[in-house]
Amino acid sequence: MANIFPKWTNIAPLKVAACLLLFVGTVVLGITYYATPKWTEVGFQPIQPVAFSHALHVDQLGLDCRYCHTYVDRSEHSNVPAASTCMNCHSMVLSSDDRLAPVRESYESGEPVPWVRIHNTPDYVYFNHSVHVNRGVSCVECHGQINEMEEVYQAKSLSMAFCLECHRNPENFIRPPDEVYNLDWQPESAAAQIEQGEKFVHDWKVMPPQSCSGCHR
Amino acid sequence: MRYFIGIWIFLIIAVVSLLGFRGSKSKDQPLYVFPDMDWQAKYLPQGENKFFADGRNDRPMVPGTAGRGYGNQLASVFSADYTDPVSENPPLYSGKDDEGEWMRGFPVEVNDEFMLLGQQKYDIFCAVCHGASGDGNGVVKQYEGATLIASLLQERLMAMPEGEIFNTITHGKLNMGAYGMKLRPDERWAVVAYVRALQLASSASVDDVPEQFKSELGL
Ligand code: HEC
Ligand code: HEC
Ligand code: HEC
Ligand code: HEC
Ligand code: HEC
Ligand code: HEC
Repeated sequence: MANIFPKWTNIAPLKVAACLLLFVGTVVLGITYYATPKWTEVGFQPIQPVAFSHALHVDQLGLDCRYCHTYVDRSEHSNVPAASTCMNCHSMVLSSDDRLAPVRESYESGEPVPWVRIHNTPDYVYFNHSVHVNRGVSCVECHGQINEMEEVYQAKSLSMAFCLECHRNPENFIRPPDEVYNLDWQPESAAAQIEQGEKFVHDWKVMPPQSCSGCHR
Repeated sequence: MRYFIGIWIFLIIAVVSLLGFRGSKSKDQPLYVFPDMDWQAKYLPQGENKFFADGRNDRPMVPGTAGRGYGNQLASVFSADYTDPVSENPPLYSGKDDEGEWMRGFPVEVNDEFMLLGQQKYDIFCAVCHGASGDGNGVVKQYEGATLIASLLQERLMAMPEGEIFNTITHGKLNMGAYGMKLRPDERWAVVAYVRALQLASSASVDDVPEQFKSELGL
């Protein structure tokens, strides 16, 4: 009697299983790599109506974040400045420069400059700036080195895992309150950071919420 | 098997070249795969709103009306025994005394903490133009067009009543913009106090330094 199944069928199931495993494994890897804010949101750098440079205004001129984002330490929302803030200087400096035309128009008409929003958490997340910056969490932890950016882009994922990583171990991130707006500040060493971080957490009774209702209402 | 591996490698290369790597810059709005309740019909600060002609959520004050507190004071603003803070200490808000003249002196107590507040706010909002010591040589001065920036150490400003300097901060003056929206009234008075300290320091001599600080300064 001839063989019903040719010889290659002996290893066929193995091959099929190997291919399936490879395929499923790759799909899983692909999803973990791509279906996360680390890929979908990080690096978002829209074209703004005015080519405003944080590197020039913050690093070179030495402006403090609060000169423009004035309410960051008083409210949950960190405002993007109105045209009048720019005109404090630009009524004198570059007062007829084309690059600043939208700012002057807005200043005269009262219509807002259409800045494109970059950092945006979903509306079911209730984020609050003032509690963070007044407790020694610097802008750099969540926005990256803004002071070196010619154009702002999203540097951190701002995902739930990102928030919780700090909320579980705030002592790794908290710095002295007068260094919050100095984005170049570095702790002397990792050990020094933990030591002073633990001191701040203890002295100020820092308790970042880890329960769902802390951030979702 | 060989075909499968070939197709597999091709697909990986295709996907990676289409989607790129994490962290690469992009001008396009982020992709929201399941935008379930991400964007809700609610008013957020500085948000966009098609309902109003000017397209924004934040409503400006209606002309001819007087504000009664702010949103974050809702409970106290609508309580029966609410008193308008302005009526309790008018000079704090207007810079003028009872006779309608610019006030001399301060409507609040001046202490150490108050001066430190003034220093902090001065360094944020004024030093870029008027310089850390008030001499009018801030960083902006070196740029074309900004030569108008005044020194705060002139005789005229030293003699000027505190209330008038307060008014300059609140509403601006000539080429200087207004800072009333950025600083609370008590913060503006603190800045005035710090400006007075800078003026005093500019005309002080070694003898004015208190004994306990002399060694620190190497005198
Ligand atoms: C001279 C005014 C000015 C100063 C000073 C300034 N900013 Fe900004 N900032 C702006 C303007 C205008 C925008 C909106 C345009 C843009 O995104 O580039 C902005 C945008 C941003 C954004 C993005 C907002 C969004 O849409 O998500 C962040 C984050 C930010 N600034 C952080 C900072 C930090 C941190 C500092 C201090 C180191 C700082 N800024 C100092 C004017 C300023
Ligand atoms: C403290 C003063 C100050 C403020 C406030 C300020 N700027 Fe400027 N800005 C400057 C100076 C100084 C320069 C450099 C001028 C030069 O190079 O001649 C400049 C340059 C610029 C330029 C040209 C950039 C380049 O690459 O040369 C743009 C655009 C600009 N500013 C936009 C803005 C906008 C928008 C705002 C409001 C959010 C703003 N500025 C607020 C001082 C200021
Ligand atoms: C703990 C993280 C964190 C810190 C610290 C932080 N930010 Fe933000 N920032 C965010 C998040 C999250 C958003 C998006 C908020 C939203 O979607 O409502 C945001 C948004 C912004 C915006 C856009 C407007 C808004 O409020 O939605 C600006 C401007 C801004 N941040 C500036 C700053 C400045 C300046 C500092 C430092 C003084 C700072 N941020 C510190 C997390 C942070
Ligand atoms: C680098 C550290 C850090 C990161 C990142 C961070 N937080 Fe926090 N957060 C804190 C600390 C510290 C506190 C506690 C402040 C206190 O106890 O006074 C806090 C408190 C809070 C609170 C409580 C506010 C209140 O009213 O008591 C909320 C809500 C919150 N964070 C949301 C977020 C969200 C949403 C994100 C992510 C976008 C985030 N945080 C990212 C450090 C962080
Ligand atoms: C520290 C603040 C914080 C806490 C605490 C928190 N979340 Fe979140 N959560 C977030 C942020 C920020 C996002 C938005 C992430 C993004 O941008 O996709 C989010 C998103 C979500 C989403 C939607 C995910 C998606 O992509 O559709 C769910 C569901 C969720 N959270 C459930 C929970 C539950 C359940 C808990 C309690 C165990 C919890 N969260 C606690 C900050 C928090
Ligand atoms: C953008 C630059 C700029 C900033 C920031 C600025 N000023 Fe001025 N300031 C000016 C200019 C320009 C003048 C001269 C006005 C004129 O005579 O046309 C001036 C004049 C003054 C005067 C004199 C007014 C008079 O009666 O002649 C005082 C007082 C003053 N500033 C105080 C302040 C204080 C306090 C702050 C901080 C809250 C401040 N300035 C921030 C640009 C600035």
